[in-house]
Amino acid sequence: MASSIKIRTSIKDGLTTVRSIIRHPMDSGYIKNPETGDTIPAHYIEKVTVHHGDKLVLQCDWGRAVSANPFLSFIFSGAKTGDTLRISWADNKGESDSIEAVIQ
Amino acid sequence: MAGSALLAGLGSFLKPLVAFAERNSSAFSAETEAEAIAKFFPDQNITPSDAIAISVHDLVENGAIVPVEINTSLPETSSITILVEKNPNPLIANFDLSPECSGFIATRIKMAKPSDIVAVVRSQGKLFSARKFVEVIEGGCG
Repeated sequence: MASSIKIRTSIKDGLTTVRSIIRHPMDSGYIKNPETGDTIPAHYIEKVTVHHGDKLVLQCDWGRAVSANPFLSFIFSGAKTGDTLRISWADNKGESDSIEAVIQ
Repeated sequence: MAGSALLAGLGSFLKPLVAFAERNSSAFSAETEAEAIAKFFPDQNITPSDAIAISVHDLVENGAIVPVEINTSLPETSSITILVEKNPNPLIANFDLSPECSGFIATRIKMAKPSDIVAVVRSQGKLFSARKFVEVIEGGCG
Protein backbone atom coordinates (compact mmCIF):
# COMPACT_ATOMS: atom_id res chain seq x y z
CA MET A 1 0.00 0.00 0.00
CA ALA A 2 1.25 3.46 -0.78
CA SER A 3 2.52 5.37 2.22
CA SER A 4 0.28 7.99 3.78
CA ILE A 5 3.27 10.36 3.90
CA LYS A 6 4.82 12.36 1.06
CA ILE A 7 8.12 14.20 1.62
CA ARG A 8 9.93 16.78 -0.50
CA THR A 9 13.31 18.16 0.52
CA SER A 10 15.68 20.73 -0.88
CA ILE A 11 19.08 21.90 0.40
CA LYS A 12 20.31 25.45 -0.07
CA ASP A 13 23.14 27.22 1.75
CA GLY A 14 23.36 24.38 4.30
CA LEU A 15 19.69 24.55 5.19
CA THR A 16 17.29 21.73 4.36
CA THR A 17 13.69 22.70 3.70
CA VAL A 18 11.25 19.85 4.32
CA ARG A 19 7.73 19.92 2.92
CA SER A 20 5.41 17.03 3.66
CA ILE A 21 1.79 16.03 3.36
CA ILE A 22 0.17 13.22 5.34
CA ARG A 23 -3.01 11.61 4.01
CA HIS A 24 -5.37 11.60 7.00
CA PRO A 25 -9.02 12.72 7.56
CA MET A 26 -8.24 14.77 10.73
CA ASP A 27 -11.88 14.47 11.86
CA SER A 28 -12.40 16.87 14.75
CA GLY A 29 -15.37 15.03 16.25
CA TYR A 30 -17.40 18.25 15.97
CA ILE A 31 -18.87 17.73 12.49
CA LYS A 32 -22.08 15.90 11.58
CA ASN A 33 -22.44 13.68 8.55
CA PRO A 34 -24.85 15.77 6.39
CA GLU A 35 -26.72 12.65 5.19
CA THR A 36 -27.20 10.73 8.43
CA GLY A 37 -26.99 13.58 10.96
CA ASP A 38 -24.59 11.47 13.05
CA THR A 39 -21.48 13.08 14.47
CA ILE A 40 -18.34 11.88 12.70
CA PRO A 41 -16.12 10.45 15.48
CA ALA A 42 -12.86 12.24 16.25
CA HIS A 43 -9.98 10.78 14.26
CA TYR A 44 -6.88 12.92 14.17
CA ILE A 45 -3.11 12.73 14.33
CA GLU A 46 -1.76 13.57 17.78
CA LYS A 47 1.98 13.10 17.30
CA VAL A 48 4.44 13.55 14.47
CA THR A 49 8.18 13.06 14.73
CA VAL A 50 10.90 13.79 12.20
CA HIS A 51 14.31 12.12 12.48
CA HIS A 52 17.44 13.00 10.51
CA GLY A 53 19.27 9.68 10.65
CA ASP A 54 18.90 8.67 14.32
CA LYS A 55 18.52 12.23 15.53
CA LEU A 56 15.14 13.74 16.45
CA VAL A 57 14.90 17.12 14.71
CA LEU A 58 11.22 17.98 15.11
CA GLN A 59 8.41 16.73 17.30
CA CYS A 60 4.83 17.87 16.79
CA ASP A 61 1.79 17.64 19.07
CA TRP A 62 -1.39 18.26 17.14
CA GLY A 63 -4.99 18.86 18.16
CA ARG A 64 -8.25 18.39 16.28
CA ALA A 65 -7.91 21.56 14.24
CA VAL A 66 -4.97 20.79 12.03
CA SER A 67 -6.53 20.59 8.55
CA ALA A 68 -7.34 17.32 6.79
CA ASN A 69 -4.37 15.88 4.92
CA PRO A 70 -1.97 17.86 7.10
CA PHE A 71 0.77 19.94 5.55
CA LEU A 72 4.00 20.44 7.48
CA SER A 73 7.05 22.42 6.45
CA PHE A 74 10.16 23.28 8.46
CA ILE A 75 13.84 24.08 7.93
CA PHE A 76 16.89 22.53 9.61
CA SER A 77 20.66 22.50 9.25
CA GLY A 78 23.29 19.77 9.22
CA ALA A 79 21.90 17.45 6.53
CA LYS A 80 23.52 16.54 3.24
CA THR A 81 22.31 14.90 0.06
CA GLY A 82 21.84 11.16 0.57
CA ASP A 83 21.03 11.39 4.29
CA THR A 84 17.79 9.80 5.45
CA LEU A 85 14.82 11.64 6.88
CA ARG A 86 12.11 9.67 8.68
CA ILE A 87 8.64 11.05 9.38
CA SER A 88 6.31 9.12 11.71
CA TRP A 89 2.79 9.85 12.93
CA ALA A 90 0.35 8.34 15.41
CA ASP A 91 -3.34 9.21 15.79
CA ASN A 92 -5.95 9.07 18.55
CA LYS A 93 -7.19 5.66 17.34
CA GLY A 94 -3.78 4.04 17.69
CA GLU A 95 -3.07 4.04 13.98
CA SER A 96 0.37 5.07 12.82
CA ASP A 97 2.65 5.24 9.81
CA SER A 98 6.26 6.01 9.09
CA ILE A 99 8.31 6.67 5.97
CA GLU A 100 11.98 7.18 5.22
CA ALA A 101 13.05 9.50 2.44
CA VAL A 102 16.48 10.23 1.03
CA ILE A 103 17.34 13.92 1.24
CA GLN A 104 17.77 15.35 -2.25
CA MET B 1 -9.06 9.44 31.43
CA ALA B 2 -6.82 6.96 33.24
CA GLY B 3 -8.09 4.15 31.01
CA SER B 4 -7.39 5.99 27.79
CA ALA B 5 -3.94 6.99 29.05
CA LEU B 6 -3.28 3.34 29.85
CA LEU B 7 -4.42 2.28 26.37
CA ALA B 8 -2.28 4.97 24.75
CA GLY B 9 0.63 3.72 26.83
CA LEU B 10 0.03 0.14 25.73
CA GLY B 11 -0.25 1.28 22.13
CA SER B 12 3.14 2.93 22.16
CA PHE B 13 4.59 -0.10 24.00
CA LEU B 14 3.38 -2.37 21.22
CA LYS B 15 4.88 -0.14 18.52
CA PRO B 16 8.48 0.36 19.59
CA LEU B 17 9.38 1.82 16.18
CA VAL B 18 7.35 4.92 16.95
CA ALA B 19 8.30 6.33 20.34
CA PHE B 20 6.48 9.51 21.29
CA ALA B 21 6.73 11.76 24.31
CA GLU B 22 3.72 12.12 26.60
CA ARG B 23 0.95 14.40 25.38
CA ASN B 24 -0.55 17.28 27.36
CA SER B 25 -4.14 16.16 26.67
CA SER B 26 -5.79 18.54 29.11
CA ALA B 27 -4.30 21.56 27.33
CA PHE B 28 -5.57 20.26 23.96
CA SER B 29 -9.11 19.80 25.36
CA ALA B 30 -9.17 23.23 27.05
CA GLU B 31 -12.05 25.39 25.79
CA THR B 32 -10.62 28.91 26.19
CA GLU B 33 -7.33 30.45 25.14
CA ALA B 34 -6.51 31.39 28.75
CA GLU B 35 -7.16 27.85 29.98
CA ALA B 36 -5.14 26.28 27.16
CA ILE B 37 -2.19 28.58 27.86
CA ALA B 38 -2.41 28.04 31.62
CA LYS B 39 -2.35 24.26 31.11
CA PHE B 40 0.28 24.15 28.39
CA PHE B 41 2.60 26.78 29.92
CA PRO B 42 1.86 26.54 33.66
CA ASP B 43 3.16 29.45 35.75
CA GLN B 44 5.17 30.95 32.90
CA ASN B 45 5.20 34.54 31.73
CA ILE B 46 4.61 35.26 28.06
CA THR B 47 5.93 38.52 26.61
CA PRO B 48 4.54 40.06 23.39
CA SER B 49 7.25 40.25 20.72
CA ASP B 50 7.43 41.80 17.27
CA ALA B 51 10.19 39.32 16.38
CA ILE B 52 7.48 36.74 15.60
CA ALA B 53 5.71 36.96 12.23
CA ILE B 54 2.41 35.18 11.57
CA SER B 55 1.94 34.90 7.81
CA VAL B 56 -1.70 34.24 7.00
CA HIS B 57 -4.30 35.86 4.77
CA ASP B 58 -6.30 38.62 6.49
CA LEU B 59 -9.49 37.13 5.05
CA VAL B 60 -10.10 33.45 4.31
CA GLU B 61 -13.17 32.03 2.61
CA ASN B 62 -12.83 28.46 3.83
CA GLY B 63 -12.01 27.99 7.50
CA ALA B 64 -11.28 24.30 6.93
CA ILE B 65 -7.95 25.05 5.28
CA VAL B 66 -6.08 28.11 6.52
CA PRO B 67 -2.39 28.12 5.53
CA VAL B 68 -0.26 29.58 8.33
CA GLU B 69 3.46 30.27 8.53
CA ILE B 70 5.24 31.24 11.73
CA ASN B 71 8.65 32.87 11.36
CA THR B 72 10.77 34.15 14.19
CA SER B 73 14.16 35.81 14.44
CA LEU B 74 14.34 35.10 18.19
CA PRO B 75 17.52 33.14 19.05
CA GLU B 76 17.66 29.50 20.16
CA THR B 77 14.01 28.80 19.40
CA SER B 78 13.00 25.51 21.01
CA SER B 79 9.27 25.50 20.40
CA ILE B 80 6.52 27.13 18.34
CA THR B 81 2.91 26.79 19.51
CA ILE B 82 -0.16 27.81 17.50
CA LEU B 83 -3.53 28.69 19.05
CA VAL B 84 -6.80 30.00 17.60
CA GLU B 85 -8.59 32.07 20.24
CA LYS B 86 -12.20 31.39 19.14
CA ASN B 87 -11.90 27.70 18.21
CA PRO B 88 -13.76 25.15 20.42
CA ASN B 89 -10.32 23.93 21.49
CA PRO B 90 -7.92 26.88 21.06
CA LEU B 91 -4.67 24.88 21.27
CA ILE B 92 -4.01 23.78 17.69
CA ALA B 93 -0.45 22.50 17.50
CA ASN B 94 2.89 22.55 19.24
CA PHE B 95 6.22 22.02 17.50
CA ASP B 96 9.32 21.15 19.54
CA LEU B 97 12.34 22.27 17.55
CA SER B 98 15.81 20.78 17.91
CA PRO B 99 18.76 23.22 17.95
CA GLU B 100 19.26 22.44 14.22
CA CYS B 101 15.84 23.86 13.31
CA SER B 102 15.28 27.38 12.04
CA GLY B 103 12.57 29.43 13.73
CA PHE B 104 10.04 28.50 11.07
CA ILE B 105 6.95 26.30 10.78
CA ALA B 106 4.33 26.18 8.03
CA THR B 107 1.10 24.20 8.28
CA ARG B 108 -2.63 24.43 7.55
CA ILE B 109 -5.23 24.79 10.29
CA LYS B 110 -9.00 24.92 10.74
CA MET B 111 -10.76 28.02 12.03
CA ALA B 112 -14.36 27.83 13.26
CA LYS B 113 -15.00 31.59 13.03
CA PRO B 114 -13.20 34.95 12.75
CA SER B 115 -10.49 34.93 15.41
CA ASP B 116 -7.01 35.87 16.46
CA ILE B 117 -4.29 33.37 15.62
CA VAL B 118 -1.74 33.29 18.43
CA ALA B 119 1.85 32.10 18.10
CA VAL B 120 3.90 31.37 21.22
CA VAL B 121 7.65 30.92 20.80
CA ARG B 122 10.11 29.63 23.38
CA SER B 123 13.50 31.33 22.94
CA GLN B 124 16.41 30.79 25.35
CA GLY B 125 13.90 29.27 27.77
CA LYS B 126 11.56 32.28 27.78
CA LEU B 127 8.14 32.58 26.14
CA PHE B 128 7.17 35.24 23.61
CA SER B 129 3.96 35.69 21.62
CA ALA B 130 2.34 37.44 18.70
CA ARG B 131 -1.27 37.48 17.49
CA LYS B 132 -3.05 38.33 14.28
CA PHE B 133 -6.75 38.62 13.52
CA VAL B 134 -8.12 36.61 10.59
CA GLU B 135 -11.58 37.15 9.08
CA VAL B 136 -13.25 33.82 8.21
CA ILE B 137 -16.28 33.72 5.90
CA GLU B 138 -17.22 30.04 6.24
CA GLY B 139 -16.10 28.32 9.42
CA GLY B 140 -14.22 25.05 9.29
CA CYS B 141 -15.61 23.61 12.54
CA GLY B 142 -12.31 23.60 14.37
